[in-house]
Amino acid sequence: MSLHHLIGAPVRTRGSQPAVVEGSGAGRMDYATLGRLSDRLRDRLLSMNLGRGSRVGIYLRKSAESVASIFGILKAGSAYVPVDPTAPASRNAYIHGDCDAKAVIIERRFEAAYRDELAKLGREAPLMIVLESVGGGAHLAAALDGLDLLSEVPSAATVDSEADDLAYILYTSGSTGRPKGVMLSHRNAVSFVDWCTRVFEPRPDDVFSSHAPFHFDLSILDIYLSLSSGASLVLVPEEAGKEPLAVSKLITEHRITIWYSVPSVLRLLAQFGRISEHDYASLRMVFFAGEIFPIVHLRSFKAQVPKPRYFNLYGPTETNVCTYFEIPAVIPDNRVDPFPIGRTCENLASRVVDGDGRVVASGAEGELCIAGDNVMLGYWNLLEQTANAFLRETPAGQRWYKTGDIVLEETDGNHRYLGRRDRMVKKRGHRVELGEIETCLHRHASIREAAVVALLDEEAGMKIKAHLSIREGDRMSLILLKTFCSKHLPLYMIPDEFAFHDNLPRTSTGKIDLHRLNEIR
Amino acid sequence: MSNPSDIEGSIKSFILSEFLSGEDPGQLTNTTPLISNGILDSIATLRLVAFLEQTFGIEMAAHETDAEHLDTIECIARLVRSKNGSAKG
Repeated sequence: MSLHHLIGAPVRTRGSQPAVVEGSGAGRMDYATLGRLSDRLRDRLLSMNLGRGSRVGIYLRKSAESVASIFGILKAGSAYVPVDPTAPASRNAYIHGDCDAKAVIIERRFEAAYRDELAKLGREAPLMIVLESVGGGAHLAAALDGLDLLSEVPSAATVDSEADDLAYILYTSGSTGRPKGVMLSHRNAVSFVDWCTRVFEPRPDDVFSSHAPFHFDLSILDIYLSLSSGASLVLVPEEAGKEPLAVSKLITEHRITIWYSVPSVLRLLAQFGRISEHDYASLRMVFFAGEIFPIVHLRSFKAQVPKPRYFNLYGPTETNVCTYFEIPAVIPDNRVDPFPIGRTCENLASRVVDGDGRVVASGAEGELCIAGDNVMLGYWNLLEQTANAFLRETPAGQRWYKTGDIVLEETDGNHRYLGRRDRMVKKRGHRVELGEIETCLHRHASIREAAVVALLDEEAGMKIKAHLSIREGDRMSLILLKTFCSKHLPLYMIPDEFAFHDNLPRTSTGKIDLHRLNEIR
Repeated sequence: MSNPSDIEGSIKSFILSEFLSGEDPGQLTNTTPLISNGILDSIATLRLVAFLEQTFGIEMAAHETDAEHLDTIECIARLVRSKNGSAKG
């Protein structure tokens, strides 16, 4: 059961059809080239003696090169570890150091800072395949050509992976302050892609958007559902993805048929995308996931783009999509609540449990737990956290993953999302552990105490507010604070607001009183 | 445009009042990186664009609404002037 075998048939039968199209206009890669280029990378990686199951990092802007790299790494029997090219080098170096990546495919522009940060961590630099740039695939070919001039590598066979072999590791925000790696196997990915294929029935003439970055699990549907079907994948560049007009242009020009993103992007499109001046008629399916979609914004988008089928997909990185709900063709006027996260996917099982792990009465609230082939292998090198992520007493053979989301199951089998169990929130679909932001703030010499809370906001959905007490007792500049944060955290994790206190309020047991802070507006 | 440096001034006022309330105005200079340092997030950037279009009567193209064109007050003012210049030219 190999994830990379999913593109075997299209490579053979649709060689000259476009597989990956650069939304930036930098060209396209057809299926034959994707097959050839990934084979070449496979050969090069195998010659580097990485060994089966080793981790290979990808530090590239989203591009045909990164897609070909993914398949080259999988074909070599290794697992890929993609990082956010817009995140600070320190975070990316930490991630690759943490999972002991033996090799990295990296763009020249990132190399120097990355090496520096690895050195600071006391980590040996992995073997690097350096691409001068990205776009269309030519730069990966050029890098491999360069290596071939030094020493040619023998042509090798694509590795047949076992179902439980590691396919990729996706790092998400960690409550202890450091990102943690979710280990996903070939079985996990293939089980999910098969489910998508059955439910959504993609066609070879579909044009999929790739809006999500490759370190985000929405990309699993984008990449593998499109390419396994022989369809084409249009890459939305990182910057353009935040510009509604640029996105509207891409949808129009490339005649995108299937769109998948977090709700906040659809909201931006509804408000600023000038949809009526563009042509969204090609869209036949819109998927959204990652956070709640406030009904006012969903209504607005759907009113402007009425034709497609809309699906709310829910699931943490640890399971990928595990429940889903199709939005009705007509949204009732009086509906104010967000739509449910829906029914359990047919290839998985779910249960709603109380604090002791026991199944609750029908219709009562509790924590959603998931079992089945989508469920992750565990967290990289975090035995305790992995053990804590699953229910303790379970029937032999079943591992039940605790999502940390509180839900209740309605009589029709749909689950309604009620809230989180802990201090994790979603910002623009990204997982944000409030504790990770606090850890960053504590690194600043002038900050004595820091506590970060999330506030519900009707417009923004959610705002992150940092409460600080400063060493010298006087205010710090917001600009300096945000600039400091931007050096250690991805932009979406930078607090929206800061409040200054002489001392943070404490509970009777001496812990910071988050409850009191939550009430300050 | 009565006074050329009004452009920088009015952009700075807008940013301070909309996104940096309580901040010491002296911290925000014409060369402070705004988008790349996380001072303005994507929604803030779009609101800034709407402000520029309304206040200076210009139109911004999709590719101009990013860090490359709008990262500092200096860059923003330059962009506004180039558009105003050509409109009147």
